Amino acid sequence: MTRYSAFAVVKNALTGHKGWREQWPDAEPKKEYDVIIVGAGGHGLGAAYYLAREHGITNVAVIDKGWLGGGNTGRNTTIIRSNYLYDESAKLYDHALDLWDGLSQELNYNVMFSRRGVMMLAHNVHDVQSFQRHVHSNRLNGVDNRWLSPEEAKAFCPPLNISKDARYPVMGAALQMRAGTARHDAVAWGYARAAAARGVDIIQNCPVIAIRRGPDGAVTGVDTAKGFIGAKKVAVSAAGHTSVVMQSAGVRMPLESFPLQALVSEPVKPVFPCVVMSNTVHAYISQSDKGELVIGSGTDQYTSYSQRGGLPLIEHTVAAICEVFPIFNRMRMLRKWGGIVDVTPDRSAIIGKTPVKNLFVNCGWGTGGFKATPGAAHTLAHTVATGEPHPINAPFTLDRFRTGRLIDEAAAAAVAH
Amino acid sequence: MSQFRIPGKGRVKHDEKVTFSFDGRRYEGLRGDTVASALLAHGIHLMGRSFKYHRPRGPVTADSAEPNALIGTSRGAGRFEPNTRATVQELREGLMCESQNRLGALSFDLGAVNDALHPLFPAGFYYKTFMWPRSFWDRLYEPVIRRAAGLGRAPSEVDPDRYASRYLHTDLLVVGGGPAGIAAALEAARAGVRVTLVDETPEMGGSLLSDPEVEIDGQAAWDWLAAALDELRARGVRLMTRTTAIGYYHQNMIGLCEKLTDHLDTLPENAPRERMWRVRATRVVLAQGALEKPLVFHGNDRPGVMLAGAAQSYLHRWGVKVGERAVIVTSHDSAWHAAFDLAEAGTKIVAIVDTRAALADELRAEARVRGIEVLAGHTVTGTRGRLRVASVTVNPVENGRVGDPRMLHCDCLLMSGGWTPSLHLFSHTKGSLQWDEASRTFLPGRMTEDCHIAGAGRGLWGYLDALSDGAEAGAAAARALGHAVEPTGFAVAHDRPGTGESHKELPTDRRSHRVRAFVDFQNDVTAKDLRLAVREGMRSIEHVKRYTTNGMATDQGKMSNINGLMIASDAVGKAPPEVGLTTFRPPYTPTSFGAFAGYKRGATFEVTRATPIDAFAEANGAVFEPVSLWRRAWYFPQGGEDMEAAVARECLATRGGVGIFDASTLGKIEVAGPDAVEFMNRMYTNPWTKLAPGRCRYGVLLGEDGYIRDDGVIGRLSDDLFHVTTTTGGAARVLNMMEDYLQTEWPDLDVWLTSTTEQWATVALNGPKAREVLDGLVEGVDISAEAMPHMSVAECRVAGFRARLFRLSFTGELGFEVNVPARHGLALWEALMEAGKPHGITPYGTETMHVLRAEKGFIIVGQDTDGTVTPDDAGLGWAIGKKKPDFVGKRSLARPDLVAGGRKQLVGLMTEDGAVKLEEGAQIVLDPDQPKPMKMVGHVTSSYRSATLGRSIAMALIEDGRAREGETVHVPMPDGVVRAKVTSTMFYDPDGERLKL
Repeated sequence: MTRYSAFAVVKNALTGHKGWREQWPDAEPKKEYDVIIVGAGGHGLGAAYYLAREHGITNVAVIDKGWLGGGNTGRNTTIIRSNYLYDESAKLYDHALDLWDGLSQELNYNVMFSRRGVMMLAHNVHDVQSFQRHVHSNRLNGVDNRWLSPEEAKAFCPPLNISKDARYPVMGAALQMRAGTARHDAVAWGYARAAAARGVDIIQNCPVIAIRRGPDGAVTGVDTAKGFIGAKKVAVSAAGHTSVVMQSAGVRMPLESFPLQALVSEPVKPVFPCVVMSNTVHAYISQSDKGELVIGSGTDQYTSYSQRGGLPLIEHTVAAICEVFPIFNRMRMLRKWGGIVDVTPDRSAIIGKTPVKNLFVNCGWGTGGFKATPGAAHTLAHTVATGEPHPINAPFTLDRFRTGRLIDEAAAAAVAH
Repeated sequence: MSQFRIPGKGRVKHDEKVTFSFDGRRYEGLRGDTVASALLAHGIHLMGRSFKYHRPRGPVTADSAEPNALIGTSRGAGRFEPNTRATVQELREGLMCESQNRLGALSFDLGAVNDALHPLFPAGFYYKTFMWPRSFWDRLYEPVIRRAAGLGRAPSEVDPDRYASRYLHTDLLVVGGGPAGIAAALEAARAGVRVTLVDETPEMGGSLLSDPEVEIDGQAAWDWLAAALDELRARGVRLMTRTTAIGYYHQNMIGLCEKLTDHLDTLPENAPRERMWRVRATRVVLAQGALEKPLVFHGNDRPGVMLAGAAQSYLHRWGVKVGERAVIVTSHDSAWHAAFDLAEAGTKIVAIVDTRAALADELRAEARVRGIEVLAGHTVTGTRGRLRVASVTVNPVENGRVGDPRMLHCDCLLMSGGWTPSLHLFSHTKGSLQWDEASRTFLPGRMTEDCHIAGAGRGLWGYLDALSDGAEAGAAAARALGHAVEPTGFAVAHDRPGTGESHKELPTDRRSHRVRAFVDFQNDVTAKDLRLAVREGMRSIEHVKRYTTNGMATDQGKMSNINGLMIASDAVGKAPPEVGLTTFRPPYTPTSFGAFAGYKRGATFEVTRATPIDAFAEANGAVFEPVSLWRRAWYFPQGGEDMEAAVARECLATRGGVGIFDASTLGKIEVAGPDAVEFMNRMYTNPWTKLAPGRCRYGVLLGEDGYIRDDGVIGRLSDDLFHVTTTTGGAARVLNMMEDYLQTEWPDLDVWLTSTTEQWATVALNGPKAREVLDGLVEGVDISAEAMPHMSVAECRVAGFRARLFRLSFTGELGFEVNVPARHGLALWEALMEAGKPHGITPYGTETMHVLRAEKGFIIVGQDTDGTVTPDDAGLGWAIGKKKPDFVGKRSLARPDLVAGGRKQLVGLMTEDGAVKLEEGAQIVLDPDQPKPMKMVGHVTSSYRSATLGRSIAMALIEDGRAREGETVHVPMPDGVVRAKVTSTMFYDPDGERLKL
């Protein structure tokens, strides 16, 4: 692997940048692998990387039906934070945040993790109670998160409207300074390059048709558009299409898939220094390093696998942004798009074993999978390599929907009285 | 007269001058000009700077695909917008324009140092650098990158304009008012179809506006156009100009954005600036035409280099010559016509340089007639000129070998790489695109919606083909709508169909890394960048796009996608369709946020629900709080009281005498029908069969997961009729849930559900004197303690109004809730206030309601529960009908983790120091001295100062809480640890004596 550095860029500039090699080879499948990961998003590629780096398992293939990083990794609004309420979630996301710190150096690929702070707005008494609970819980969990008055929130994010007359006035905010954004594509590419350098095969444009099981019920490999590929272990990390892939192994997943839309504005000079989220008015916004305002919407109301969203929800999202940040009314929307998110009954992820021997799954990230990327990948790799979950992902079992030990972050904040 | 304006020519009004400013200088243009055409008329091509290298740029198009000529536009305070396309913005009196993305003057931009250092900034360089030392990223690298990026400056003031939105239902929507669209609309309208025709420009006509030489059915193009539009109007076709179809959604819903005022000299009173239309069309015809492709060669981005079709448009529509000496570089016939038209207008055509060796004889002949030199089989290898193209170097190409250069002096270079169908909207529908090897372009394939594509959108060049195809599409749409029709034929003279060939970057004699041939002008992506991306392993067009940013500029790849694909597929060594085309996404052109938001701003962002009694609260100085969509009176301060004082007074007055509370926001659902009781048994945890008419019960509703979703008192009015109340925020959710079960799980039940939240106004009277207040006002029912015990309901009259009267209590005091038809709510309230005067009746708000209920340990769903609390956790195990065969959530309640030990249970908390009030949301630990992360055993759900008890009280969810009663727990706060004792949640009148009055 050619090492990336400013020096290397200057050196290559002298030869017209002819010296750069491919970042990952486009592999053709071998007959058999120790591990096959279905889904070449950040989670799947990251898991392959950690399998190779931390567990010495390099006979690994990551298979994707399209191009790597083309699913939700390349479609999200890149928000990274860990100020979750429950101990289980806080630990998982904080583990991810620890890995985000220094990921560029580790991968030798600048993923542009930007600790610009994530601020969550409270618009009513219920929000205040709920966010205070987060702040207190995070403080005792050693997770960075603090409470801001409306004036402090405005000082931190000048475009914010804190007028008391607003339809949903800002009553305060919870700020996690250590949180921020990253360049989503670079995360997939960086992991792909680092994994490939350690011998992992990345097989693109190769839809998995079915997971095959042997007479003892254990996984034997996958049938793909390029034929059968044997595997001792298979891990499915296919986001919105996980339920479809798992069905082929006879596992019915507790997942629903919804379109989730996002949009960007035309690029402008820096105007928005941080990330702001508002659950009450349903708006999520930051400004990319390219200058575009990056805005996230809520999930559409109907389940779907089509990566198209409707107009009404986007109208609501943009209205919410303009309500909270009225100076953006004359900005223009450049592009909007949809991804398919897989949602579990408690809206927390599943990372772990399945009822099928040697079949593992990582899914159910809903609208929040990007921020977990290194943490999910790291713990998934541990689970696949050792056959048992890492303590951090141990609570995120598939089994919890049978036993009832749910980790319901959304419910903890969702009900207005 | 401006130097480059041709008197009398074009569709502008030569006798109507319009003044505007650009970078502080005043200019004169004509009515009908765009900013670009007006500046070009003054010989100004330099209008902007590129994104990355700050290279000088001028307009390359005459339409909405413009990547270069982006400006800031303003009409005074609050009305500034960045990144406006100068080629689209119509001139208006006093329009203020500014150039963007420059450090210093537009003609001397210090940012252009990036251009000199360009070898250091190839595609994706930032993924490889800025990593060392690590701490520099936050403090130095990223801030510098951010400042360098972005184009215009964001608006800094609140927009004073209004925006509107409308629905439209139409039989046929035709998108694109060019010849194909007009023909389609004519055909369908003649068949009797209700048609809507939209075009993004100010004028219908499309390419006909730039091709007046054509004759249709014996008429000059513009005469035919005027007649056709007259006929459409006469037939009732809705013609919408300045209206962009921004997106194509499911089931033929199309979003249209109509611009209403940006072109007007003065703003009309109260008119919206833009209007968003949600159109539902039975059929759609997409006639969006085609986009001309630039050619890719070294220096193809200098001001003065522009698409040949754009030059032709500037000439015919705006009467502007884009230069005095033009060189044409083309691979398609259409540019020849532009050259001939310009020559006729007096521009010296230095040469027509065609990449093709074999050329049509007619074209050569016409060139000869005009004395134009033709260089066939040539390539362009470079241009010169700092702020405007001054010369171009052309070389012959023979057998793939580039011959000796020849320099041609010029002040404009007009290029054409042929045309590509505009299939953006079709692409929104996820219709498939098919590669057509003959024309080397993508054509529409499989349709997913009820639509037709006509004209250049199907790769048909030339007017006869476009008109005929449009008519056929209109006829097909009409037939699909049940009208019998045969499409009309057309006769076209002086047609200009044309053919051409398609290229990757043009051959050159330069060393490849010295070539700077731009593909995406705005984002400064060169052919070299695309090849680098492929070399680095980016083999999917999506990777190439994301790695190089090709196609991600504000034109969304209209200029760059196909050229980018040609180059990338050549580099990959595969056919273009195997490398793929990136997905086009809405909106078609950048669309203002305001148009999406529409009227949903400020007070109308979301409706504010107010109760019938809101006017009283408003008049009596209530402070309000938002609760879901409602605004509710929070407390009623008197004489400068703060919240704490007001709430203490309200509490004491209620416990000591009588308080009055507006409970109208409570959700109300009428459950009626022969199977109503069975339905209630299945929905709620409680048993309902034995509840007698006239009695009430506190009901608990669970989700499938066994956790509390809602609660409320439910009255049985008769065998088959229940009056269900829900939480304020839960009303809609509960009704949806009930309907969901009724319609999908239990369709056998004979039950009707009706939301009656807004039909009833609800007033609660609480306190030992409540009955005395009510006594004289009630008719038709005996409200004595014996006749109407706690948890009763009766239909009667109160204050003369038909009423449903409940005896219940959410305060622990003697309580009644009076429901009257909403229109009488305020009158009822006033009657009760009047009757209560002798008893010192006191209005109270939601905060007092919260305190009073907490003193009694009554929960608030969503505050004391959070979606992970079972009835047993909340101390409501008694509300579960043990003998019922089933209810929603019953099965889940038996799951192992829901019956295991260690569950969080709702308990009371009393701080050791009663003057200290815990914070809601504060976390509880057993050992305050443990290191972080601490083991938290629960959290404070509710916390108040109780005036009744003279101390603070709190409720909390704590692991095994009920078993810990009497123990001390710790609440670590930033400023010290608070100690508190676990207690029962019943802080006041534990035996309920006060209810027995």
